Amino acid sequence: MIKLFARETKGYRLASILSPLLILVEVLMEVQIPLTMATMVDEGIIGGAGMPFILNAGLKMICMATISLLSGAGAARFAAKAGMGFGANIREAVFGKIQDFSFANIDKFSTPSLITRMTTDVNTVQMAYTMIIRIFVRAPLMFAMAFYYSIKINSRLALIFAVAAPIIVAFVIFMGTLAMPRFKRMLSKVDALNSSVQENLIGMRVIKAFVRATHEKEKFKISNDDLKNASIAAEKLLIIANPFMQLAVYCCIIAVLWFGGKLVIGGTMETGELTAFITYVNQILMSLMMISMIFVMAVMSRASLMRVVEVLKETPEISDADADPSLKVENGDIDMENVCFKYKKTGKKNVINNINLHIKSGETIGIIGGTGSAKTTLVQMIPRLYDVTEGVVKVGGRPVSDYTLKNLRDSVAMVLQVNLLFSGTIEDNLRWGNPDATTEEIENACKVAQAHEFITSFPDGYQTDLGQGGVNLSGGQKQRLCIARALLKSPKVLILDDSTSAVDTATDAKIREGFKRRHGDITTIIVAQRISSVEHADKIIVLDDGEINAVGTHEELLGTNEIYTEVYKSQQEGSVA
Amino acid sequence: MPGPGGPGGRPSKGHAKPKNTKQTFIRLIGYLGRSKALLAAVFLFVAISSVAGITGTYFLKGITDNILLPLIGSELTKETLMPLAKTLIKLACIYLLGVAASYSYSRIMLQVSQKTLNIIRKDLFNHMQDLPIKFFDTHTHGELMSRYTNDVDTLRECISQSFVQLVSSAVTVIGTFSMMLYLSPILTALVILVLVVAFGVIRFLGSRSAKYFRAQQKCVGEVNGYVEEFIEGQKIVKVFCHEDKAKADFKTLNENLRHAATNANTYASILMPIMGNLSYINYAAVATVGSALIVALPAGSFFAITVGTLVSFLTYTRQFFQPITQISQQFNNILVALAGAERIFEIIDTPAEEDDGYVTLVNAKKLPDGSIAECSERTGIWAWKHPHHDGTLTYTEWKGDVRFHDVTFSYDGKKDVLKNVSLYAMPGQKIAFVGSTGAGKTTITNLINRFYDVDHGKITYDGINIKKIKKSELRRSMAMVLQDTHLFTGTVRDNIAYGRLDATDEEIVAAAKLANADSFITRLPDGYNTMITGDGANLSQGQRQLLAIARAAVADPPVLILDEATSSIDTRTERLIEKGMDKLMEGRTVFVIAHRLSTVRNSDAIMVLEHGEIIERGNHDDLIAQQGKYYQLYTGQFELD
Repeated sequence: MIKLFARETKGYRLASILSPLLILVEVLMEVQIPLTMATMVDEGIIGGAGMPFILNAGLKMICMATISLLSGAGAARFAAKAGMGFGANIREAVFGKIQDFSFANIDKFSTPSLITRMTTDVNTVQMAYTMIIRIFVRAPLMFAMAFYYSIKINSRLALIFAVAAPIIVAFVIFMGTLAMPRFKRMLSKVDALNSSVQENLIGMRVIKAFVRATHEKEKFKISNDDLKNASIAAEKLLIIANPFMQLAVYCCIIAVLWFGGKLVIGGTMETGELTAFITYVNQILMSLMMISMIFVMAVMSRASLMRVVEVLKETPEISDADADPSLKVENGDIDMENVCFKYKKTGKKNVINNINLHIKSGETIGIIGGTGSAKTTLVQMIPRLYDVTEGVVKVGGRPVSDYTLKNLRDSVAMVLQVNLLFSGTIEDNLRWGNPDATTEEIENACKVAQAHEFITSFPDGYQTDLGQGGVNLSGGQKQRLCIARALLKSPKVLILDDSTSAVDTATDAKIREGFKRRHGDITTIIVAQRISSVEHADKIIVLDDGEINAVGTHEELLGTNEIYTEVYKSQQEGSVA
Repeated sequence: MPGPGGPGGRPSKGHAKPKNTKQTFIRLIGYLGRSKALLAAVFLFVAISSVAGITGTYFLKGITDNILLPLIGSELTKETLMPLAKTLIKLACIYLLGVAASYSYSRIMLQVSQKTLNIIRKDLFNHMQDLPIKFFDTHTHGELMSRYTNDVDTLRECISQSFVQLVSSAVTVIGTFSMMLYLSPILTALVILVLVVAFGVIRFLGSRSAKYFRAQQKCVGEVNGYVEEFIEGQKIVKVFCHEDKAKADFKTLNENLRHAATNANTYASILMPIMGNLSYINYAAVATVGSALIVALPAGSFFAITVGTLVSFLTYTRQFFQPITQISQQFNNILVALAGAERIFEIIDTPAEEDDGYVTLVNAKKLPDGSIAECSERTGIWAWKHPHHDGTLTYTEWKGDVRFHDVTFSYDGKKDVLKNVSLYAMPGQKIAFVGSTGAGKTTITNLINRFYDVDHGKITYDGINIKKIKKSELRRSMAMVLQDTHLFTGTVRDNIAYGRLDATDEEIVAAAKLANADSFITRLPDGYNTMITGDGANLSQGQRQLLAIARAAVADPPVLILDEATSSIDTRTERLIEKGMDKLMEGRTVFVIAHRLSTVRNSDAIMVLEHGEIIERGNHDDLIAQQGKYYQLYTGQFELD
């Protein structure tokens, strides 16, 4: 894990080293200043060394403070550089890693979790790193130096720290471990509150329709009060830290004054030394506090750290390892031989079971089946979004793993069930299919997908800004844009996974007609719920529970295949008989 | 849910800088002010704690000057040590008082801040419940969620830390300054000189840091937005082999963020060492000048000071700079928090859904003469209670007769989504709406339950203009089953009872049976007590739909709205729930929206909508005979060519 992070300091290693070095200088100065002051008071004033000595000491102090100021400022700059640079590197590494993930990897982590890891968790790690550079060096150093000088002033008086230090460290660690579960509880209450608000927002129409605002307010009051109480319970412990620290410092000061005072009276110590010693009391205890706090913080940020590491360490399940980069997909033949698949290796039951299928280039294939019959899963193996568990999937006569993912997916276009558009103009989005497409190519694709008409009805036409997720478009319009986007790839195989569900039947028919007319050579696979979407296909595959129930044309299946006939009837006769 | 046809657009990103600092601040103080007594106690304890700190330092002068120096060289006996012991005990008392005060204010402040946040969250949430649907159309969930997360969070930090720090820093600054002035005016003048320099530095760094801080916020927003969008769409990125482009684009944004964050952080953290060391320079200057004064001036002359005075003064010098640094650091936090508070108040200030209806729904019984009278018990008969200006009441029996009279409506005031729509639904009739996306089908149902109000024309319900009916009563009298069946965290029972909170167990089971849901519920591990989490993620789409139908059934309203209620389930599953649907629809006025024409075939009337107008109406057979749009749509499903 340390190696993993060490790699990400790349480009900022100099800053990561310079910053602590400058802090070293700063601390050296900061610790010496009280000592210089002590001699100034003791020898210059009380000892009668006179003005020249005082001026000399004063100048020395100003010089030291200036050096300290410059190195402190420099350290801050370098620490910012190193910390933010490290954060940026980690962010880039995680993002890059996610880009290399296969669908299976993404499913494993889930999208919201990946987003949290990329934002909140990376931030926490970045903050911890900056803190470590700045304080992890500073505090122990400050402690060591101040301790050294206080021993130098009076070793016996320094024994006070031997009593105070363990108490403080023990206290902070004790409080840290005591507070940790309470903070965890508080965080879970924060989560609970957030998810209750989220749920409320999602269900707003239901709430309004059933007039349940009062009920919702009461429910919210519970999670709101829970959070308040959990917060108080957790922070109640945290707020003890400050007064406790004050108490410790004050106790030490009084002890120093008592024992030191006796030494001063006895003549073995000077007043200036006593003042300097008190300054060291502050420095020592503060640095102790910081060390312990860092310890607690490190433990707290560990969770985020682990979550980031998990992503970085994940091996992408699908890679180009066995691919021949020069190999291109020749045609749209698709063969599946004894294909079995399950999402989890440890899963008992195959989601796809022993499927054999041969599709010729240029054919149109319909796939139909109920919810959970694994229609989507089956087609996702063609562009190698998932790898088969057993058997082999071939495109253009060669196993899909022979091609690089880029070559394979450029030839096998797929319109997903859950489809998204990205912020930018309509044209930007279409160009995902082909960055070099001419205006004519784009318009042709949109005409086939029945999108040209509505796009040109917008005032800005193809330059219309979609906003995030294409919020300004209706579901059917989005689907048509997604189809056009896929068509622009000029693929050999086009897979439509329930991609026209929000498009009305007439438009749906026009789209399919367009395919036939303009892209007759493309192998088209249509996954659908509507019989009308597939009935004119060359072959219709009826899937049931991960297995092929029947293959045939509409005419062949109708009447002979039970599932197909049932679906057909339900759609023809109407659901309310 | 099919959107209302357009409102939306890019969510407005929050600004890092408040627009109306003063008003927001006053309002925030107003929230804090609800615990006036506690707040006063906080002030008192903060003051005590700061004063104790200053007095403690002042004691150090007394100890070196009056006790230690005169005693140097004397025997260490009980008598000689008595004054030292006495002073130290006094000092200990002062310190103890300080520590006690500082714990007390922290503890009270914790209570005050958590209570305040609790109230702010409550106000925010409660107000949100009263906002019209239109508000939720124009604000994304993410945007509203960040009010609860980011904005309340920055407020928490501001209230619990900045407030106390400001008060304590101010007290310390004033106290220390008076002590320094009292100890030595001439040395104080020197401190002021350095202070002027320090203020210059703070101003310079502050303005720089604010600039870079804003730049950083902007970059964070951009990076997070990009991350959200692309990870959300990761599967599409993969399908289009867009990984390299995504990496390159992200790199640019990330690099911008790194640059801005480095600068923002530099300016934020450079303040500490600069101020700290300025205070050392100040310290050295004071020590030099002070020592020179001691040496040069004879005791008793006006500017003369003692060694003890110098020692105390020097300690004050250190104490003096710390709170000033702290105030300047808090300033940024406060600005950020105020910006957050402003965004919260913006929502609280959004006008709530208006409701000037006065007609209510009451339990009623039929008198022998055929008239209707109100009664308190549940009779199964309901009536609209209609108070008039002259103080009289009329009761109209609740039947479920809904009519549109020349209704015109637009979401944005520009483009009419519905144009002069007139229709009627008699009690017990099933009315279906058919048309392409954006034709205005959902809008019609949104108007019936007054999620939106009509622009022109009117809608009547049992002959009463729905604007006269109290919204809660209106909505209570109809049930909706939407395409997206939202379930809530809770048990299956809770979710069905959402339709009518006081439903008995028998009624819930009856409703579930009606919806054909009982059989699968009883097969769940805990039956009706099975917990539903994450919007029903542990149930299949069909099962969730059945629960939504049961929820509508338990509400038992005479009017039912089914908005694409079955469109996301496959036709086989639909067959399983159709019996439940049929039973539910029996004897009710039903509005159905579906784009599967098979679903609407047996309706009493089918309205074909196009561009906000009803272009055809009639029952299935009429429309087929007409050979119009409906005929085309219907036959289009089976004959493509």
